[in-house]
Amino acid sequence: MTDVMADERLHLPGGHEGPASKRIVTGYGFWIFLLSDMVMFSCFFAAYAVLSGQTAGGPKGSEIFDLRNVAIETGCLLLSSFACGLAAIAAGVRNETWFQIAMAVTCILGLAFLAIEFNEFASLVARGAGPSRSAFLSAFFALVGCHGLHVSAGILWLLTMMAQVFAKGFRADILRRFLCFALFWHALDIIWVAVFSVVYLLGSTS
Amino acid sequence: MLGKLTWAAIPFDQPIPLITGAAVLVVLLAVLIWIVVAGHLPYLWREWITSVDHKRIGVMYTLLALVMLLRGFADAIMMRGQQAIAFHSQGYLPPEHYNQIFSAHGTIMIFFVAMPFVIGLMNLVVPLQLGVRDVAFPTLNSVGFWLTATGALLVNVSLVVGEFARTGWLPYPPLSELTYSPGVGVDYYLWSLQISGVGTLVAGINLVVTVLKLRTRGMSYLRMPMFCWTTLASNLLIVAAFPILTATLAMLILDRYFGFHFFTNEAGGNMMMFMNLIWAWGHPEVYILVLPAFGIFSEVVATFSGKPLFGYRSMVLATMAICVISFMVWLHHFFTMGAGADVNAIFGIASMIIAVPTGVKIYNWLFTMYGGRIRFATPMLWSIGFMVTFILGGLTGVLVAVPPADFLLHNSLFLVAHFHNVIIGGVLFGAFAGYTYWFPKAFGFRLHEGLGHAAFWFWLVGFYVAFMPMYWLGFLGMTRRMQHYDVAEWRPWLMVAAAGVVLIMIGILFQIAQLVVSIRNRAELRDVTGDPWDGRSLEWATASPPPVFNFAVLPDVKGPDTYWEWKRHARRGDAAGGEPAYRDIEMPRNSPTGFMCAFFATVMGFALIWHIWWMVLLGGIGAFATFVVFAWRDHDEYVVPATEVARIDRLYREGRAAAVNAMGSPS
Amino acid sequence: MSEHQIDDWQHHADVAPGDEEEFSVGKALAGYVVGLALAVLLTATSFFIASTDLVWQPSIPVAIIVLAIAQMGVHLVFFLHITTGPDNTNNVLALAFGLLIVFLVITGSLWIMSHLNQNMMPMDQIMQMQR
Repeated sequence: MTDVMADERLHLPGGHEGPASKRIVTGYGFWIFLLSDMVMFSCFFAAYAVLSGQTAGGPKGSEIFDLRNVAIETGCLLLSSFACGLAAIAAGVRNETWFQIAMAVTCILGLAFLAIEFNEFASLVARGAGPSRSAFLSAFFALVGCHGLHVSAGILWLLTMMAQVFAKGFRADILRRFLCFALFWHALDIIWVAVFSVVYLLGSTS
Repeated sequence: MLGKLTWAAIPFDQPIPLITGAAVLVVLLAVLIWIVVAGHLPYLWREWITSVDHKRIGVMYTLLALVMLLRGFADAIMMRGQQAIAFHSQGYLPPEHYNQIFSAHGTIMIFFVAMPFVIGLMNLVVPLQLGVRDVAFPTLNSVGFWLTATGALLVNVSLVVGEFARTGWLPYPPLSELTYSPGVGVDYYLWSLQISGVGTLVAGINLVVTVLKLRTRGMSYLRMPMFCWTTLASNLLIVAAFPILTATLAMLILDRYFGFHFFTNEAGGNMMMFMNLIWAWGHPEVYILVLPAFGIFSEVVATFSGKPLFGYRSMVLATMAICVISFMVWLHHFFTMGAGADVNAIFGIASMIIAVPTGVKIYNWLFTMYGGRIRFATPMLWSIGFMVTFILGGLTGVLVAVPPADFLLHNSLFLVAHFHNVIIGGVLFGAFAGYTYWFPKAFGFRLHEGLGHAAFWFWLVGFYVAFMPMYWLGFLGMTRRMQHYDVAEWRPWLMVAAAGVVLIMIGILFQIAQLVVSIRNRAELRDVTGDPWDGRSLEWATASPPPVFNFAVLPDVKGPDTYWEWKRHARRGDAAGGEPAYRDIEMPRNSPTGFMCAFFATVMGFALIWHIWWMVLLGGIGAFATFVVFAWRDHDEYVVPATEVARIDRLYREGRAAAVNAMGSPS
Repeated sequence: MSEHQIDDWQHHADVAPGDEEEFSVGKALAGYVVGLALAVLLTATSFFIASTDLVWQPSIPVAIIVLAIAQMGVHLVFFLHITTGPDNTNNVLALAFGLLIVFLVITGSLWIMSHLNQNMMPMDQIMQMQR
């Protein structure tokens, strides 16, 4: 019976090739997680769409959105995605110096994004346009804030990755983790596209 | 210093939770002391708590489910008791207490009994059926289990420290908002579910990737056992639906903790949006629960009819159809909220359409049985009991899917009877079938059959006696969740329902007895061949319990029902014997990551509930540190040398050969 | 679970999302540069349309949505290397499933909530009735 299992003569084509490699399994698993994260964001988008008109006598979107700042934030995140891509190339050729430089640039751009966003939130709260003012503002702060929290977690992850590569070099498992980080970072930029389009651009024209 | 936590949190003035809590604490301490003193702690830590083996984790999930079943059932006994006597009377449970009981009952049964039960069985069985060594992410698997256990722990802590939610198992606003629920009850619910929700999502990702990317050679999609297909569908739903729960509960948390206005009465909040979003999760959730049960029935019915599953491809199509359509029906949970006739009609029709693929499955199981030689072992009894009971429950479901009918029956006892009918008859009976079917595989000895039969009959009769009256009570106009009532017409039926619960309790006692007796008699009940039921799929092609690496050599699959085909060849005397070429096997190392993660999650959860902010921060730092320590590991695998693999495999092959020789002519 | 037996079996395999089958620095760099350039172009157009009077006003929301989808596509192709090749099938299928769910949740919720809001009395009016 066991040799029927392994008998090469009886092998018929058209079956499955066997369990996939670790890199594929890890990457695919993280991909599935990212899709679940997209579903979570879609709930916040849905809530925002439903509540965007409920300003309870408080400020509307067009009154509080500063498109110049949003453009700078967008530029920061887009360039940081590009820098992350450069880090991926550096990892591909196993060049530690260029990897760390590219990751540092990614980090700085990400921090710049967070600084601008934090500033925006703080000034809104100071003006009495915080999340407890109206349902619209609640939805706005939750959606944009959720994205910001993800970016913050990403920065923490980024720094950990830099430390790991510094301490242990381009080991196979560290490269797999970096693959996941890159997926995460690019996905955050995709979500930001939706955020600035739906919240800020559409909000400022209505 | 300790946030909102004071001594007043302990219910010194309420005898029932106080005495129960004290009793549980005493038992827990006694067990812990016994474990330490008898020297079992190193074994437990090494072999179970830090295990990343899918078989161990599956067993722990199932054990959690069974223990929580007792807690949830205790709540049920209390409710039936209250309703049996609370006619023109306040009964023995004041409203504040009664409301917590029905909320805890539902929360525990769905999140900490049904979910862990099916996830545990999928964990235990799927890698074996796929012919591989473990799930895709073994350490993550451990994390998922322990986070689920954290959620269960927090819910139970609420019994003795503070209170639980009084809002039902889904905390509808504005009742669940801070204005109307200022206590910690709703917070216990929210954090317990957010934490265990992460665990569930992780399990979902793990199983999806395992089924899609980790199958042994030759096992194409259409050669997978049916249980693996339903696992895929169920876990795709987990990955798609649980984020909705996370987001919605997060919105409620933001409302309660930071004064947001998602669902409040003031400042433009929209409470109806909560119902919409929570049921967009809630409906897929029930299919997450029942699809694995359907898979179990496919396995059990085929095995105990001695025939291949009828209509395999139509089963696959039906499963994937259920998977997709389950995301298109959620409004039927709030027909009466006022969306209007057109919206109600669309969702009502979709809800009726989804019954069709389920019907396809039932017919396929019946046709599998037809012409087969049926053995009425305990798993098969549960399956037949399911078929009758679930059809009834499904029919009442199609009835309430008709919006005008639902306007009369919504939130009546008819609804309560319907969903218990499908969850008990579908999910729980399926879980019990899987438990009795795969128990020998997990532990190496069978469960006592006679006690299993007794348990089944008491459960079956008890279920009907407990819940059929509720359908009638629904028609008589009784609403759900009533702490007392004044309608004389209802009383006799409620007393019959209470009697039914007593019958179910006897069934549960038989199940406990079955476990105790089987453990005591395990030598006689031992399974030496790895195949106690003459099974058809690969999990029966290895020892019971399987070695840590599952298979000495990963099987090479040529068609469906692989193991059955091998046995046919072997009985015909085909293919001369001969050992495979044994090789070293790399297995993942155990890790305390899961347990430590959950420890810090428990600390954070408790601190968030009681507003102890410094403890939240410490817990968060601890959790992050746990990740970093895990990430810094240099050795994440160990090697089982080929000689050891050979030794273990030869023992198994001897047992198998003896059984094949004893089997005689092919059946 | 790397082991010799699996390595023996791998003749042709899928590609992990984010990975590319063939890797060369020049091509990879070119891919990221082109992706960046396209993304910048689309983003700038989006911002421009939102603040200009040169475009027919009622078309602005549609234009912004279309440009957003285009930008997401650029990210998926150039940064995440999602293609339509046979080795990417699982990745694309998973993405399609995710998009289906997102579509159902968002459009379903919007449809349901707009009907509910239309039929049900606003909350502040209900509260006033209570007082």
